[in-house]
Amino acid sequence: MNRIVSIAVILVVCLAGCSNPKDRSRGVYMLLDTSGTYARELNKAQSILNYLLGVLQPGDTLAVARIDTGSFSEKDIVAKAAFDERPSITNNQKRSFQKKVNTFTSTVKSSNYTDISGGILQAIEFLNEQGSGKKFILIFSDLKEELAQGYVRDIPFQLAGFNVIALNVTKLRADNLDPKIYQGRVEHWRGEVEKGGGSWNMINDLENLDYFFSKT
Amino acid sequence: MPFANMLSITANPFLSMLVWIVLLLAALYFARKPFHRAVGSLSKIIYNAMRLSAASVMAAERRLVKRNREVLMAAGLENAERIVEREFDRINASVARDLEGYPNLHRQLSELTIKLDEDYSKSADLPPELPSWIPVIESIAKIKHTGDTMVSNMLAEINRTLAEQHKSAIESHRASGSVRHAMLNKMLPVWRKVQKTLNEVHKAIGNLNKRAKSIDRYMDDYEQIRMQTDKAARMLSSSSFTQFFISGLVLAIAFGGAIINFNLIALPMSEMVGGASYIGPYKTSNVAGLVIILIELTMGLFLMESLRITRLFPVIGSMDDRMRYRMIWITFTMLAILAGVESALAFMRDRIAQDMEALRQTLAGVEQTALVTSTIPTIGQMIMGFILPFALAFVAIPLESFVSSSRTVLGICATGGLRLFAFILRLIGNIGYYIGRLVVTLYDLIIFPTIWLESVVLGSRVKKKERLEETLYEERAITDEAVENINDTVEYKEHQE
Repeated sequence: MNRIVSIAVILVVCLAGCSNPKDRSRGVYMLLDTSGTYARELNKAQSILNYLLGVLQPGDTLAVARIDTGSFSEKDIVAKAAFDERPSITNNQKRSFQKKVNTFTSTVKSSNYTDISGGILQAIEFLNEQGSGKKFILIFSDLKEELAQGYVRDIPFQLAGFNVIALNVTKLRADNLDPKIYQGRVEHWRGEVEKGGGSWNMINDLENLDYFFSKT
Repeated sequence: MPFANMLSITANPFLSMLVWIVLLLAALYFARKPFHRAVGSLSKIIYNAMRLSAASVMAAERRLVKRNREVLMAAGLENAERIVEREFDRINASVARDLEGYPNLHRQLSELTIKLDEDYSKSADLPPELPSWIPVIESIAKIKHTGDTMVSNMLAEINRTLAEQHKSAIESHRASGSVRHAMLNKMLPVWRKVQKTLNEVHKAIGNLNKRAKSIDRYMDDYEQIRMQTDKAARMLSSSSFTQFFISGLVLAIAFGGAIINFNLIALPMSEMVGGASYIGPYKTSNVAGLVIILIELTMGLFLMESLRITRLFPVIGSMDDRMRYRMIWITFTMLAILAGVESALAFMRDRIAQDMEALRQTLAGVEQTALVTSTIPTIGQMIMGFILPFALAFVAIPLESFVSSSRTVLGICATGGLRLFAFILRLIGNIGYYIGRLVVTLYDLIIFPTIWLESVVLGSRVKKKERLEETLYEERAITDEAVENINDTVEYKEHQE
């Protein structure tokens, strides 16, 4: 009898050792555009973040970073957390994370330029370092990139295994006058992502995010 | 050749068509015999092959029926032996209990009898007799006097003395009688005691008699099973079906209990083994929860085996009593520990669930209200966590019934399946045979002008020929022989076994 119990325990331990927790974990990197008037949309980003905090499980990773003049920097990461395997600790991490983001959104100042490419490069670096099984980059922006003088972003993205989701891509005044500008902007980013081997999705109705996340 | 060209072999297309039909009929007529033979052979091949296969299947079915019967009888014998053994154990216990008290009972009865005897002897004492001089006085008193005063006075005095003596004797007799009555009165409870003791003996004997009768009945059943009568087979078969369905139902209920148990411990297990690791496609915490439940089931199984309630593992049942008692205590202790662990996990689950709910409300932006802190759900979950492992331990009993009855039920189902298969094979064989005949008849129907012409030309010789052809389809005796041979072979093998 004791032998059976021992064998069962050894079997469970061996099987647990064989499994790779990273393969199933999800890594989410959310970029928040803080440039110009888009900074006013950040309250929507907060609700998305709350949704993500509800959906993500122990073992997953979440990071939130701002898009400003030069986004390819660790300093732009507002909050990051690799959730613990124990649910009780994960809950505390989530509470702390939410607090940090709330503080950020209430005190953020809009930037003059929008370095989306730099943000994506930073996201790739971060998520690769974390080694998550499924990688998501959420871009909460109007996708209009404006680089300051001297910033070079002509590096191709290495996005194999990444899901890039553009959220709340608002139409600018110029887009309303000529929708081709809007379409061209979206197509440009789609091309960049797909050229890098990633998959591109765009969600403007935030309720669809739930369906999209549960599907993936 | 195109169809248009075929119709232009003569100037008249109708005539061309007629020529072609005549030629076709002639060709079909000449090919009739080989065609009949080919179709006849094919249909016979199908028929014979199917019949042989059906015979083989039926032979297998007979062997299975025999094996089922053997299994059924073996199980029935074992069960009957267990029942008889249990009855003997009860009789043994009853006899041991009664005989243990028998010396005491005997002593009690002896003492009571002696006391009764003594009391009876005492009660039988004669009353004191009158003094011996009374007859003398009586004789003197009877003397006739002549009127002498002195004599008269003397006699009167004698008479008075005598009367006094009588009175005294009567009083003494009454006193003696009352003493005897008192003695007899004291004997009454003793008699009752004796009666009660004898009633107890009667009850014990009656109980033994009843048990002996039930043993007789069980022995009759046992005898029936041992003789492998059809009645016993029917009885056991019906009993197996009942057991199969009832134990299946109980197992389904136990499965429901196991699922509830699993849900109680799966979430808190993620606190212990982590919520992010996987074993294959399953979460490690879920697998760990399942393993705990399975270990509880195993412990329950061993506990029931050690208590000799079930007999799934003969090794445990045949252990010496000391070892068996050790095993009982070990398995029971482990079950109790696991129940305690589950209870603690249930408590932890409640706390985690509350925490998660609070976080969900925070994330949803709902204003935190004061939580209703009732301890009843927590206590309820803890009690369930503690009780369920013990309840699951009893699964061993229906599991044993299910396993033993499923052998019989599956055997009966397999027999039914084989019978159906044999029927289908026979059906295919017969369909193949009659389709062959139908094809031949249709062929003859198509070329009927040539056959009619043949009968006109050849007359009675045609009928003889037809009879010969008919025999082609009647040669089924070969198959029947082959089938019988298979049966003989099977019977011979069975006999050898």
